[in-house]
Amino acid sequence: MRAGSRALAIALPGMWLTLFFLIPFVIVLKISVAGTQLAVPPYTPLLEWVDGHLQVRLNLGNFLFLLKDSLYLDAFVSSLKVAGISTVLCLLIGYPMAYAIARSGSTWRNILLMLTILPFWTSSLVRVYAWMGLLRSNGPINNLLLSLGLIHEPLVMLQTNFAMYVGIVYSYLPFMILPLYANLEKHDPSLIEAAVDLGARPWRAFLQVTVPLSLPGVIAGSMLVFIPAVGEFVIPRLLGGTDSLMIGRVLWDEFFLNRDWPLASAVAICLLIALVLPIIVFQRYQSREVGAGAGP
Amino acid sequence: MTPSNRSFLLLTALVLGFAFLYIPILSVIVFSFNASKLVTVWGGFSTHWYGVLLADRQMLDGVSLSLRIAAVTATGAVILGTLAGLALARFGRFRGRTLLSGMVTAPLVMPDVITGLSLLLLFVALAPLPFMPSQRGFSTIAIAHITLTLSYVTVIVRARLATMDESLEEAAMDLGARPMKVFLTITLPIIAPAVLSGWLLAFTLSLDDLVIASFTAGPATNTLPMMIFSKVRLGITPEINALATLMVGAVTVFVIGAGLLMSHQERARQRDIQLAQAQR
Repeated sequence: MRAGSRALAIALPGMWLTLFFLIPFVIVLKISVAGTQLAVPPYTPLLEWVDGHLQVRLNLGNFLFLLKDSLYLDAFVSSLKVAGISTVLCLLIGYPMAYAIARSGSTWRNILLMLTILPFWTSSLVRVYAWMGLLRSNGPINNLLLSLGLIHEPLVMLQTNFAMYVGIVYSYLPFMILPLYANLEKHDPSLIEAAVDLGARPWRAFLQVTVPLSLPGVIAGSMLVFIPAVGEFVIPRLLGGTDSLMIGRVLWDEFFLNRDWPLASAVAICLLIALVLPIIVFQRYQSREVGAGAGP
Repeated sequence: MTPSNRSFLLLTALVLGFAFLYIPILSVIVFSFNASKLVTVWGGFSTHWYGVLLADRQMLDGVSLSLRIAAVTATGAVILGTLAGLALARFGRFRGRTLLSGMVTAPLVMPDVITGLSLLLLFVALAPLPFMPSQRGFSTIAIAHITLTLSYVTVIVRARLATMDESLEEAAMDLGARPMKVFLTITLPIIAPAVLSGWLLAFTLSLDDLVIASFTAGPATNTLPMMIFSKVRLGITPEINALATLMVGAVTVFVIGAGLLMSHQERARQRDIQLAQAQR
């Protein structure tokens, strides 16, 4: 392409993302070291002209506060734990499904893929809301268990950690299945045949051939579940208990309820630092996969 | 393990997995036709809650606002995302390629609370500038959503371009076509399905977003997810069941229709290729 139109094609998305993706992070970083004040906007300026001098005021108090108050550290640890357990659960449920889809005939495969993607196109809020209905103490699940005589009084499931895990696994399962499927579908069946011909039992062939080959898919799927789940807000808020400490919820409350913008920014910076490594892993994988012409 | 044993296990995984994915959605649909106000008890078939929903002006305003934001978002994201996908797949090495590639993939996995917070802080910082809208609302939400969704368009377009034979474009160039003409007559028709999927995906993501919209909306703006959230936070409301059913119905019809159309076009394309090869 000619230099002019080429430069334009690069510059337009590049400038947009610089302005609306990169610069906002610089601003978050800036405000995370600002102080709180009762004004609009509710934070102190970083640079100020005082008597002809340029004064720089850095306030590390927000970060120290995050370290001092165990609430925030607990929220971080529990977010990582919840996201980690949810990722493993998604993998345990999603791997057999992706494998089964990849091994089915082409007609069924398309139908099953469409069924996997369809929930993703419907509102995630509505799908979380559906679980609120199912898990209520007088909801269908409790009614069924009561009528079967399995339990004698309704189980409390809503607003517990159990409900939160159900919601997260349910919402993110398609994100695990799709990259796994994209990987498993490319496997050459003759590799398994060769292993079996050489005397490996089917399980052993699966564990020693299929599983190692599918690791890129496992990594991509796990990142797509883990990273957003760490910062998840809606599911803990609607399904989890009032004591469920997720960092996304803490950030939200700090911002909307306490109007402490500098502290919310500091929480965001810490969350970002915690996620930098997984995000880099994901990016590496993503560009390699697309570069190889096999995007999800 | 015998093969039949294995396929039984796989079948079980599929049945249980899809039951897990679909039972909640089906339960919402069933209970939307419940006459009883007590959402737990089946009080007979009724379309009462659909009437309540259609009489709810605020909710309908939310629907209309969200649809308009989604349309603007999808169009903006498709333009910027296609350009980015083209640059990353076709332009080889250029200065800033790694940066562009990073900025395009990072929003895919960035937690919504961070994206929302950072964009709001940007809008607040920019507010004194003359070209900024005086109130946060439609335009700020649309900007935030374009930023979020253009990455998805880029990934789809880039993957499509990677599988496409570059020699078609080169041949057209060799025959003297200008770059713009090559793009419009060769590249664009081939990547059109990817561009369309990107538009639909951006539209859906925008329609679905609660967190980023909550951060970037002004006090007077209420998108549909924001209205649903403020209602369901207080508990189950049958009106939301009706709304959810309508949304699921619309999406199902649309996705199945689009799927059929695409597979039809794909078959036609394969036939054309076979014909072209036979004539050679």
